[in-house]
Amino acid sequence: MPTQNQHPDCNRPLADETIVACLDCDLLQRIPEVPPGASVRCPRCDKELWRHKPDSLNRTFAMTLAALVLYIIANADPMLGLHAVGREAFTTVVGGAEQLWLNGQELVAALVLFAAVIAPALQILFLLLIVLGCQRKRPPFWVGIFLRHLRFTRTWTMIEVMLLGVLVSLTKIAEFASIIMGGAFFALFALVILLAAIQSNFDPRQVWQRIEWAESNVRHEPADQSAAEVTS
Amino acid sequence: MSAMEPTAMEHGLQSCHGCGLVSRPAPEAGGGRCPRCDEKLTFRKPDSLQRTLAYLIAASVCYLPANLLPAMTTITAKGRESDTILQGVVLLWSPTGWPLSLIVLFASIMIPSAKILALLYLVFTVKRGSVENNTQRARLYRTVDIIGRWSMVDVFVDAFTVALVQLQPLMSVEPAPGLLFFAAVVVLTMLAVESFDPRLIWDSASSPQHQPEVQHA
Repeated sequence: MPTQNQHPDCNRPLADETIVACLDCDLLQRIPEVPPGASVRCPRCDKELWRHKPDSLNRTFAMTLAALVLYIIANADPMLGLHAVGREAFTTVVGGAEQLWLNGQELVAALVLFAAVIAPALQILFLLLIVLGCQRKRPPFWVGIFLRHLRFTRTWTMIEVMLLGVLVSLTKIAEFASIIMGGAFFALFALVILLAAIQSNFDPRQVWQRIEWAESNVRHEPADQSAAEVTS
Repeated sequence: MSAMEPTAMEHGLQSCHGCGLVSRPAPEAGGGRCPRCDEKLTFRKPDSLQRTLAYLIAASVCYLPANLLPAMTTITAKGRESDTILQGVVLLWSPTGWPLSLIVLFASIMIPSAKILALLYLVFTVKRGSVENNTQRARLYRTVDIIGRWSMVDVFVDAFTVALVQLQPLMSVEPAPGLLFFAAVVVLTMLAVESFDPRLIWDSASSPQHQPEVQHA
């Protein structure tokens, strides 16, 4: 097997790829095959290591397309408005960040824009690219780059927190003005549910098992050595 | 599972946070790259405790101005009126608004302070090499990770109140300096959670001085 092309700081994988370490407590263990819908938990710290999600990629693809449509509506339509003393005012999602920026709170404006507009867009975009890349029999390496960074976009997507904030702010405003709910509010509500559904249907492990490796010439460890790791 | 409870690190193996692959670094190297996804690998998050503590100290410094300075200024014909986050909660309290008022109280006052205290507790128990309550501490870390994001709610409340209430000259709302500090507390505590490595909770159980106890149990 050719090894001369191998990167010097590249690790050697175990022969048995069902051996994993719990990401929360580092316990070495083997992931067993479980029926669809069932999950595998770490016996020591109870972290969910894997859940067998049937038809994962097709469902994710369908829901991500729907999420893309909802995202566009959510950002094109006004989200809410008010009607008071013969005047009407509307705001979009971006408008929330814009007014903060105009009032000299640039940093907070950037945070609001990132958590409500940019992070969700990246999440949907990454998911689409991952699913499209997986249409090939052997998903190309770049699919892995997006998959690795998907967690970051999830951490900072805060649409559900924003909707609660909008409700609170509407309750305050309702004291002196009548409120108008825009189409974007309902689109965002549906988007929150859809993103949660995508998360519970998308199985990254399936993608990782099929993906093209960064180090194509890598040499695995001998099989007997990796078998010894879990049983020792 | 054997009583030894072997970790990947004890076997000289590194698991990838990006893709989950377990691999072995070259003998002389401290860490390498994941052969599958090219992520840089280390046994534990580098300087996890110091970085977590640094973010927590920064968050605590911002915590006071976040709660003492006004977050929002309302300008009406009668004049300017500034409210802190807590005053905003009190203003929201009404026969119909009290459930939301409680949620905001919980999200913006209790979650940030509980988060700072919980992470301090985790950092210090790990530093002391505690082997007790590992399961509870692991659960505490996961809870902090999940509910922490909800403290952003007040930032959004202010953003959209400011965006909507621009009825000059009758009434308008402006953000005030407290909001920046409050947003800083939220972001800094989220970064503190990211920097903490929960595997450290379990490491002292497998360090040499505790091994016999674990085995005989």
